[in-house]
Amino acid sequence: MADSALHDIPSVYEPSLFGTYSKKIGMWLFLLSDSLTFGALLYAYSYGRISTANWPTPFHSESIVNATIMTAFLLTSSLTMVLAVRASVGHNAKAQTLWLLATMACGAGFIILHGREWSNLIAEGLTLPMFPKVPGHEAASEFVNVSQTVPQFASTFFTLTGMHMLHVTLGVIYLGVVALRRKFIPILLMLWLVAWLATPAYSPFHYGAHVLLIAAIVCGIILWLKPKVYDSSDVEVAGLYWHFVDLVWMFIFPLVYLMSAKIL
Amino acid sequence: MEPDQIAIAERVAEQHRHHKKALFFWVWGALLVMTAIEVYLTYQNMEPVKMLTILMGLSLIKAALIIGFFMHLKYEVSRMKWLTMCSVIACLILMTIFFFPDARRIIELGVK
Repeated sequence: MADSALHDIPSVYEPSLFGTYSKKIGMWLFLLSDSLTFGALLYAYSYGRISTANWPTPFHSESIVNATIMTAFLLTSSLTMVLAVRASVGHNAKAQTLWLLATMACGAGFIILHGREWSNLIAEGLTLPMFPKVPGHEAASEFVNVSQTVPQFASTFFTLTGMHMLHVTLGVIYLGVVALRRKFIPILLMLWLVAWLATPAYSPFHYGAHVLLIAAIVCGIILWLKPKVYDSSDVEVAGLYWHFVDLVWMFIFPLVYLMSAKIL
Repeated sequence: MEPDQIAIAERVAEQHRHHKKALFFWVWGALLVMTAIEVYLTYQNMEPVKMLTILMGLSLIKAALIIGFFMHLKYEVSRMKWLTMCSVIACLILMTIFFFPDARRIIELGVK
């Protein structure tokens, strides 16, 4: 009744003040607020670095090479994402899905490399009090020293990179839902089981894997309440989020890794 | 701006946003090259402040390329560009004003 009454009224809505659709403006506003979250974390890291005279530079060339490959993965994923948006505008559904899957693959590659790096650092002794000890592994003395003498290094490092890793993970899930809709939920549940069962109990990823379970439940509820075929505007909005996580990494990579590289 | 002018600007922006596939490959290549330069500079034993300045300069250029071309902000109407960028930059400037002098105070005067 109310709907039909509304439809009889000739267009009374003014064009958007910002020259685009509301979904996109909403995403931009979210990204602006999120940029302040990351801004605060990056400033906290920089504050700690400036105010600590003996700030450690523990990253060997292996870590730098690993982080560089991770950066290349993210940059490539941004390219594939923009091609997915282009395909969606051209109503090429097959290409859109393929480019979205390619973006997800690059994102997954980033997460796997990052997870491997975290596991190595924790095993070598760069850890937080909340992380369980790695059994049967001798910690490297330089990382134990870093954790004891400058504890804010490990805490700011894990908070900043962990927050970013969480954003990338949620981004991959977001793209999965846009690309595959309901079909993605069982895949997500399977990934959760694999991540949970394949990681040892002392690893932070053993508990972190539950993010996938929570995401599967939330996505399941959303898709059940409002099933829809995502159009080009949805793909573009998802792309904005994805490019944002890439953008944030462009500051984390030099500030956290390159400025803390061990020069022999 | 009149509503019809806004609608025209919106349509033109929408047309500009989704063409020039080669441009995206150029931007991607430029981002990769700048990343390689950053890694190269890391091992040049530069003074930390000088290195930080160069790295942050390159990061700002990379961020501008991502926002402008990949996030299509370059093709949005100017009202959108100014509002989004000015608000976030103002907040970051405020953080800089409050955080960094205090961080230096700690290292120069000690914690009181």
